[in-house]
Amino acid sequence: METNEQIAIEHGLKKEEYSKICDLLKRNPNLTELGIFSAMWNEHCSYKSSKIHLKKLNSKGKKVIQGPGENAGVIDIEDDDAIVFKIESHNHPSFIEPYQGAATGVGGIMRDVFTMGARPIANLNSIHFGSPQHPKTKNLLRGVVKGIGGYGNCMGIPTVGGQTSFDESYNGNILVNAMTLGLVNKNKIFYSKAAGINKPVIYVGSKTGRDGIHGASMASAIFDDKIEEKKPTVQVGDPFTEKLLLEACLELMEGKSIISIQDMGAAGLTSSSIEMASKGNLGIKLNLNKVPCREEKMTPYEIMLSESQERMLIVLENGKENEAKKIFDKWNLDFAVIGKTTDSKKIELFFNNNKVAEIPINILAENAPVYDRKWKKTKLPQRIKFNKNDFKKLKISDVLKKILHLPNIASKEWIWQQYDHTVMGDTIQKPGSDSGVVRVHGTNKAVATSVDSSAIYCYSHPLTGGKQIVCENWRNLISCGSKPIAITNCLNFGNPEKEKNMGEFVECVEGINEASKYLDYPIVSGNVSFYNETKDKGIKPTPAIGGIGLLKDYKKMITMDLKNNKNLLLVIGKTEGHLDQSVFAINILNEKKGPPPEINLFNEKNNGETLLKLIGEGLINSAHDVSLGGIITAVSKMAIKGKKGFKLNNLKVLINKFHYYYGEDQGRYVIEIAPNNLTKVQKILKSNSVHYDDIGIVTENEILIDKEPVLNINDLIKFNKSWLEDYMDK
Amino acid sequence: MKVNVIVTLKEGVLDPQGKAIQQTLNGMSFSEVKEVRQGKYFDIEVNIEDEKKAKAKVEEMCKKLLANLVIEDYKIL
Amino acid sequence: MKSSVIIFPGSNCDRDMEVALKKFGFKNQMVWHNDSGIPKSDLIVLPGGFSYGDYLRCGSIAAKSKIIKSVIDFANSGGLVLGICNGFQILTETGLLPGILQQNKYQKFICKNVYVKVNDTGNKYFKNIKKKILELHIAHNEGNYFCSENELKSLNNNNQIAVTYCNENGMESSEFNPNGALCNIAGIFSKNKNILGMMPHPERVIDKSLSSNDGNFFFQNLVENFK
Repeated sequence: METNEQIAIEHGLKKEEYSKICDLLKRNPNLTELGIFSAMWNEHCSYKSSKIHLKKLNSKGKKVIQGPGENAGVIDIEDDDAIVFKIESHNHPSFIEPYQGAATGVGGIMRDVFTMGARPIANLNSIHFGSPQHPKTKNLLRGVVKGIGGYGNCMGIPTVGGQTSFDESYNGNILVNAMTLGLVNKNKIFYSKAAGINKPVIYVGSKTGRDGIHGASMASAIFDDKIEEKKPTVQVGDPFTEKLLLEACLELMEGKSIISIQDMGAAGLTSSSIEMASKGNLGIKLNLNKVPCREEKMTPYEIMLSESQERMLIVLENGKENEAKKIFDKWNLDFAVIGKTTDSKKIELFFNNNKVAEIPINILAENAPVYDRKWKKTKLPQRIKFNKNDFKKLKISDVLKKILHLPNIASKEWIWQQYDHTVMGDTIQKPGSDSGVVRVHGTNKAVATSVDSSAIYCYSHPLTGGKQIVCENWRNLISCGSKPIAITNCLNFGNPEKEKNMGEFVECVEGINEASKYLDYPIVSGNVSFYNETKDKGIKPTPAIGGIGLLKDYKKMITMDLKNNKNLLLVIGKTEGHLDQSVFAINILNEKKGPPPEINLFNEKNNGETLLKLIGEGLINSAHDVSLGGIITAVSKMAIKGKKGFKLNNLKVLINKFHYYYGEDQGRYVIEIAPNNLTKVQKILKSNSVHYDDIGIVTENEILIDKEPVLNINDLIKFNKSWLEDYMDK
Repeated sequence: MKVNVIVTLKEGVLDPQGKAIQQTLNGMSFSEVKEVRQGKYFDIEVNIEDEKKAKAKVEEMCKKLLANLVIEDYKIL
Repeated sequence: MKSSVIIFPGSNCDRDMEVALKKFGFKNQMVWHNDSGIPKSDLIVLPGGFSYGDYLRCGSIAAKSKIIKSVIDFANSGGLVLGICNGFQILTETGLLPGILQQNKYQKFICKNVYVKVNDTGNKYFKNIKKKILELHIAHNEGNYFCSENELKSLNNNNQIAVTYCNENGMESSEFNPNGALCNIAGIFSKNKNILGMMPHPERVIDKSLSSNDGNFFFQNLVENFK
C-alpha cells in the first residue's frame, strides 16, 4: 500500500519527518515501512528530543563495565561479580490498564536485565499518583500495586524497595517506573551487537499477537479526551512464561552458542532486529511467515509492530540451532529460525515469498531525527520571609502528628506487604528502609539499592532539584553502610515541545550530571518518558534516580531502627533551617513558593564519606538520612521502626525551633551511638570538619520534645501506618 | 431480578491462563482441545423488576466496573 | 539423609529450599517435573512458587503433572513429603491432604513474618523440636485454608492440625491470623503424619541476618529425627 503525508501524521510522524523519509529512501515508503519508521523515529525509541542533552551525562568510572546504549548498565562489584541494572517507565499503559500496564513494565525491565546474562536479584519501583481525593487515584493505585506484585512475585524476584507519592499534577498521568538489578559473572555478559554474516536469527518465547501495536508511539503521545478509542490493545503480561524464558535463556547462556541477544520490548521485532544489525554494522533478512503467531492472518505490518510480551531475538552461531531448540522445547517455549544476518546493511522483510520491506539500517538508526528543542531557564525563586507569628499558634508535637499522617510521609507498608520481598532468601533489609539490601548469594557481599525523586524541588528549581535527587539517593545508600557505585535514571517530563517543560528537562539533567560528577557516581543506564501531559496539563518534572551501593561485608550493614535506651542521637551536617518548599511550609503554612534547599556538594560528599568511616569503625547503631519533614520526622521514623521512644534536648541553637526541626537542609543524617563511643565519634567528625549537633537520647517508649510530652510510640506507629490502610481499605 | 454476566478477554488478547489450561488438557490426553479461553461469571441480583431496565443498569456496571473494555468484553445473558 | 526437591515450571523457592536443606546436612537433588521418576529419597519437598503460573487454581495443574504420580506412590508407601506454600496447595489439589487454600480474606498478597504454634510433636517433623512457637515467614495470595466440617472433625480427632497462627506468646485469635484460615490453620498433616503441608516458609528464615532464624529449629530438628 502506498503511503502519504496524512497516513504518516496518523502514525505520529511530523510532515517534515515524512518528507525526510521519502528523500532518504528516494521513494514513498509502503505501509509496513512507514510503520517501522514511525516506531523507530518516535520519541520513545529515538530519544530525538533528549539525545543531545543525554550525551553530556557522566557515564564513565572505574567500576563501569557498560554504560548507556545497551539493554542495561553494568558495574563491577569486585571478584568476578557484576551488577546489571536499569530503570524504565511504563506510564502511559499503566494509566489505561493499571494492572497490565504495571505488570508488563516490571516484565520488560527484568527482560532487559536477563538479556545480558544476569539473573535478576531485586526489583524496585517509583510510582506516582494524583491527589488522593481524585476519583481515579484509588483504583489506579490498587491496580498498579497488584500488577507489580503479580508479575514480580510470580517470577520469584524480591521487590526490595520503592517510592510512592501523590500530587495533583499526576491526576491525568500517573508514573510507573520499574527497576531491576541482576547478578552476572563479569566474564559472561551478553550484548546486543550482532557479528558475522549468515548467522541464524532466532525468535524465542511467546507467540506474537496483535498486542499493543504502536505502544511505543502511544508512549510518545499526549492524552486527550478520546484516549479510550485511540488506544490499541494493551499488552497482557504472562509472568509464568517470562519465568520459563528467564530459565531457558540462562540455560542457553551457559553454553557458547549466542552471538547476541536482545529482548523485544517497545516496537517489538522492529527495534530489536534493527538494533542488533545497527550495532553490528550488518544487514538482516527476516521471513515473517516463520514468526510464531497467536492470531490468524496477521500482516507483516502487525508482526513487525506487535508488542506481545515475553519474546527475545537471538543471533546464534551456525550449527547451534538444535542445541538451542532443545532447551526451549524443555521449557515449552516457541523457537523459530526466522532469518539471518547479511552484509547488505539493510533490513529486508519477506512475506509469502514477496519482499515487503527494504530499508537501509543507517537511515532508521543514525539518521533518525535529532532535535535541539528550545528551552527556558527557570529562575531561582526568592526566599520566603516567614512570619514568626505564624509559628506561635503551633505546637511542635501537633505538627509532627499531622506530618506523619500526610499521604507522602505516611508508611507505605500497605503497598510493600503485597510484594514478595524475601524470596531468594537473601533480603537483609526490606522495603520501608533507606535502602533495600540483598546479599550476593553465597558471598559476604551485599548490594544496597534505592530509588528516589523529588518533584516538588525539581518543579521549583530544576537545576537544584536534579542535584538534590542524586544526593538523596547517595545518602540513602550511605545510611546503610554501603559505598555508592553508580546510578540509573528515569526521566519523566511533560511535553518537550513546550519551552518550559524542555527547560525543566535540560536543567534537571544538568543538575543530575553535576552531582553525579562531583560524587563520582556515574549514570550507566536510563530511560526518558516525555509527553506526560493530559489536556495541556503536564506533570511536575519527576526524574527518578536508582542507585546501587556495595557492602563488602554484609554483617556491617546498618539499619535505621533505634536500638537501645539511653543511646545518643546526633545530627551530622549543619542545620540552617531551610523551610521553603518543605513539607512543613507547604502543608502546615500553605506556603508553596520559595526555592528548594541548596545543595553543597562538598559537604554532601564529606559528610557521607565521614559517616561511612564511622560505620566502618563499628561506632554507629543506627542511621537515617534527613529528608522530607526534617530532623524530627527523621527521628520519628527511626523510632517507629525500632518501636522506641526519644527525648530531644532543649535547643542550643539560635534559630527558631520550627526552622530547626522541620527545615529540609541537605547533606544531613541522624545517627544513634552508644554513650561510651561519643568521644571516638566526636574525634572523627572533628578531624573531618563535619558539623554535628547532639540532639537527644533514645527512650523506651516515651516521646519528649522540648519537655512537652507528645505521645507514646505505639500511637505514633499507628498514626503513621493508618493513613494508607484507611484510605485503601475503609 | 437476577441478571447474569460473563466477562471474557477480547478476541485476540493473550489469555495466559487459558493457554496453560489448554496445554494441560492436551497433556492429559484431551488432544482434541484446540483452544481454551476463560473468563468470569457474575450473578447479580438487582431490585428492579423490569427486565429491560435491569439489564440496562447491569450494562452500565459492566462498562464502569465489571469489565475493562480495553482488554475485556462482557455478555449479559 | 537424601532429599529431593521437585521443580515445576514456575516454582521459585526451589533454590531457597535446597540451600536450607543442604545447610542442615541433607544430600539434596533437584528433580524436574517431566522426569518419570524420583531418585531414592528420605524426603520429598514440593517447594513454593507459582507452578504453571498458578493458573486455573493454585497448584491444580501441577497436581496433574507427570511427576506427581511418583510423589503420590512415595507418600502412600509412607515416605515423607513436605509441601511449603505452593507445595501445600499442590498437596491439597492432589488429594493427599484434605481441604483447599482459598484467596486471602483481605484479597491481597501478603508478605510478612508470622508466629505459628506447633500443635503436635508425635511425628517425624516436630518430634523433640526445641521451640514450640516459631517466627516464620509467609508470602502468598491464597493461604486461606478451608475444609468441610467432617474433614475438620477428623483433622482434630487425629491431631492432624500441625501448626496454627498465633502471637509471640502462642495466643491464637483472628488478629494474628493473616489470611482468614479456618481455625487459624497454617499447616496440616496427612492421617499418618508422613505428609506435611504448610503455608509459612521455614527456608526463608534460617539466618540471623534474615527476618528471623527460627527456620533453623525446624530443619535442625528434621535432620535429627532422621538420624
